[in-house]
Amino acid sequence: MSGHATKEIDSATLWGGKISPFSTSYGKLMMWFFLVSDALTFGGLLIAYGFTRFNTLDAWPIGEETFNSMPFLGHGYPLLYVALMTFILIVSSVTMVLAVEAGHRMDKKGVVKWMIATIIGGFFFVGSQAWEWSHFIHGSEFGKVELADGSQAIVHGKFGELKNFTVTEAGKHYRKGDVITEDLRHQYQHAVVEGKVIGGANGGVITLHDGSIAKVNKAKDEHMKLIIKVKGAKYKLQDVIENEEASRMYYEAIDGHAHKVIYGANLKENEYGTQQYAQFFFFITGFHGFHVFSGVCINIIILMGVLRGVYHKRGHYEMVEKTGLYWHFVDLVWVFVFTFFYLV
Amino acid sequence: MSAAAHVAHGSHDSHGHHDAHGHHEESFISKYIFSQDHKMIGKQFLLTAVFMGIVAMLLSILFRIQLAWPGESSDFLSFFLGETWAPGGILKEDMYLGLVTIHGTIMVFFLLTGGLSGTFSNLLIPLQIGARDMASGFLNMLSYWFFFISSIIMLVSMFVESGPAMAGWTIYPPLSVLPQAVSGSGLGMTLWLVSMTLFVVSSLMGSLNYIVTVLNLRTKGMSMTRMPLTIWAFFVTAILGVLSFPVLFSAVLLLMMDRLMGTSFYLSDIIVGGEMLANHGGSPILYQHLFWFLGHPEVYIVLLPALGLSSEIISTNSRKPIFGYRAMIGSILAIGFLSFIVWGHHMFVTGMNPFLGSVFVFTTLLIAIPSAVKVFNYLTTLWKGSIVLTPGMMFAVGLVSTFITGGVTGIILADSALDINVHDTYFVVAHFHIVMGMSAVFGMFAGVYHWFPKMYGRMMNLRLGYAHFWITIVGAYGVFFPMHFVGLAGAPRRYYDYSVYGEFDSPTGDMMLDLNVIITIFAIIAAIGQGLFLFNFFYSIFRGPKAVQNPWKGNSLEWTTPVEHVHGNWPGELPTVHRWPYDYSKPGASEDYIPQTVPLAEGEEEH
Repeated sequence: MSGHATKEIDSATLWGGKISPFSTSYGKLMMWFFLVSDALTFGGLLIAYGFTRFNTLDAWPIGEETFNSMPFLGHGYPLLYVALMTFILIVSSVTMVLAVEAGHRMDKKGVVKWMIATIIGGFFFVGSQAWEWSHFIHGSEFGKVELADGSQAIVHGKFGELKNFTVTEAGKHYRKGDVITEDLRHQYQHAVVEGKVIGGANGGVITLHDGSIAKVNKAKDEHMKLIIKVKGAKYKLQDVIENEEASRMYYEAIDGHAHKVIYGANLKENEYGTQQYAQFFFFITGFHGFHVFSGVCINIIILMGVLRGVYHKRGHYEMVEKTGLYWHFVDLVWVFVFTFFYLV
Repeated sequence: MSAAAHVAHGSHDSHGHHDAHGHHEESFISKYIFSQDHKMIGKQFLLTAVFMGIVAMLLSILFRIQLAWPGESSDFLSFFLGETWAPGGILKEDMYLGLVTIHGTIMVFFLLTGGLSGTFSNLLIPLQIGARDMASGFLNMLSYWFFFISSIIMLVSMFVESGPAMAGWTIYPPLSVLPQAVSGSGLGMTLWLVSMTLFVVSSLMGSLNYIVTVLNLRTKGMSMTRMPLTIWAFFVTAILGVLSFPVLFSAVLLLMMDRLMGTSFYLSDIIVGGEMLANHGGSPILYQHLFWFLGHPEVYIVLLPALGLSSEIISTNSRKPIFGYRAMIGSILAIGFLSFIVWGHHMFVTGMNPFLGSVFVFTTLLIAIPSAVKVFNYLTTLWKGSIVLTPGMMFAVGLVSTFITGGVTGIILADSALDINVHDTYFVVAHFHIVMGMSAVFGMFAGVYHWFPKMYGRMMNLRLGYAHFWITIVGAYGVFFPMHFVGLAGAPRRYYDYSVYGEFDSPTGDMMLDLNVIITIFAIIAAIGQGLFLFNFFYSIFRGPKAVQNPWKGNSLEWTTPVEHVHGNWPGELPTVHRWPYDYSKPGASEDYIPQTVPLAEGEEEH
């Protein structure tokens, strides 16, 4: 069922009726034309992204700065994880090819083996995308800070570890002397956003959500660097402020002031730069992720057919080939999505 | 020949034979409701579209009454719209916009896309290329049912409390996004978007089927250059649909996000009621680009099937070969290609760079060439023909008339220097209603009259058909011709009341109002005239005289099938094709037509 003609047929015969001019079944042709159509849907979305980016005057987020963490390893690995998940997705295309090839040889065991590998690759990718979203939503440890002159900067460097909060004044929930060790980062960031951390450079004092006041036991930040992304009265775009001065300015900005720091991205605000980037990121990677997810589901359905021997009885594994086409297409689209959102 | 092609064909043929021999009885449900037979699906599309068309026509009468007699109470309006939308018999402003919007949407998508392409591609593709059925009967059935559900949702949207969508059929943001701006942008617009999304799905499934059926299932001898022009038109239409509707889909998805999730893809710095909205950074122009990338090909999705039908009908009823068969194919392809690079001419006044505008002027004017090729080929086909004026033929010639009349104003609108002066006026309304609306409607009527015997095995009444034609063409020109003058006088489209123009230029204001009265009267006459068609159509389904197998003495394959429908179309073997479908009045032949199935006589040359 590979579509290879066994002997040359002249085009007058091929197009003369009765036989398929591309020597291809109607189902496979339909899949091809569907993919053309779907390509235009993604084309429309990506062009919308390009149009918006071209029309935006503010700084567009930079991939290496935005996506620089690895699961379990923390920050400092720009684009490494997305490279890994892209690699695995492409490998899943290879295993899909092997499944199709095994189908040509009517090797049921081979088809099963390689389809399972493809499905695992697909699940890994969807899971990784969930992780990427989660990372993007939660943001960095420092967040984006609005400085005294009205400029906005993103922050690089090593965030000093939060060890514990020691309660010095009881609130509704905690008593004096309690040492809190759970969920520190979350509570800390909430307090920063609400302007309830004072003297933060050396840990400082935090007002917790139950009204209790605690001393923050925090290691010192290292190698801090502020990079200006929105210009203010004093600083211009891409100005860099480093080390002691960076630390001083950062903590001056948040010292008891509410809404000076934005952590992470959602549909309303974006730590890493222009709001439009976040909206398109969620929508287009979400739309693509939905395609991958449906591809995995279709692969599972086809795999069940293979296991039940439906295609073996039919005498050909063309259904595997058709889902393979869809799967390769979804991978190909990711290459474009990846390029536009992470690389350029 | 490869195994793949063989399997595809083999399974299809055996399926066809199986049904053709009537080994199993079909239940009522599988025959009339969830039918997978292309002929039945075509009829389902036709009936649904005709119903939608009647609704849209009624809506237009409602708002025409307001335009002719602004502010006067009308029992007709209060009967249909009640106290909510027409208090005291006077149409509410919001509902005026709602009526205009739904009228446009239904006419463009449900009548002229679903009704034309859906009906005739389904009916004619397998019959004219010699196939047992569509490539996938199941997808074809799904395509109809998505269309059906989409129609129902569009109708339901007119009955919600906040009213139907009111942002025009192009649903430009920000109006379509913000319910604070107009009440129809609430639930009504949500339903509109859901309905259109289902419509896109339906159109996609249909188009995929049409394309692969034409490519893969042509019978022996039916090469691409022996296909009737109808099939070429449906084929290119389907390709246009596959390429353009997905872009509308992405535009609609982003619009839904703006409406439901609070994103700002299309919104920026909007003030409503003195309050600045939080949305920042999007662009409503982006929506227009995405929309018109669909929107312009959509014009040809509507028009090409009509042109294909009329080519076939004019050739058959002139008893002459179509003039310039290959030029006709070439112009269909050229129109299809050009339709993708002209969308900017809808956006000359969006602040587009004038240089870019002039590029769009150029590409748009290029379309005049293949269009003119088609017009001249129609005229030269008619020239010195032995014309048989059936109602189908009269509507086909009517199409040529409206295509010329509307095409001439198209050249004016294509030129940005001229367009900017009449942009968004009634001049534009007149142009597209004639060139796209009327031409496509005439093509559709022509198709119904011509292929009615194929659909229902009976003939429609000729006299009623003639009366219908004359009322329709006089009514149509009576409605749309005066609109040119209303537009040139400066009346913008989508306004609720033009009487205000009299206050600063009373002769012009009087002219607009007078013309509006004339237009409305013609619209009412034309609408009533459609009653003749409806009566003729439904009466003939049950009581019309029985049709013979080939009532118009046509050459193409559908006239070789039995009058009574069989599943699989031909009771025995599939016919073999030996010639093109336009061998009418061939010198030396005994009859003035030679069906495609007749082998070439000795010494006879193919066209």
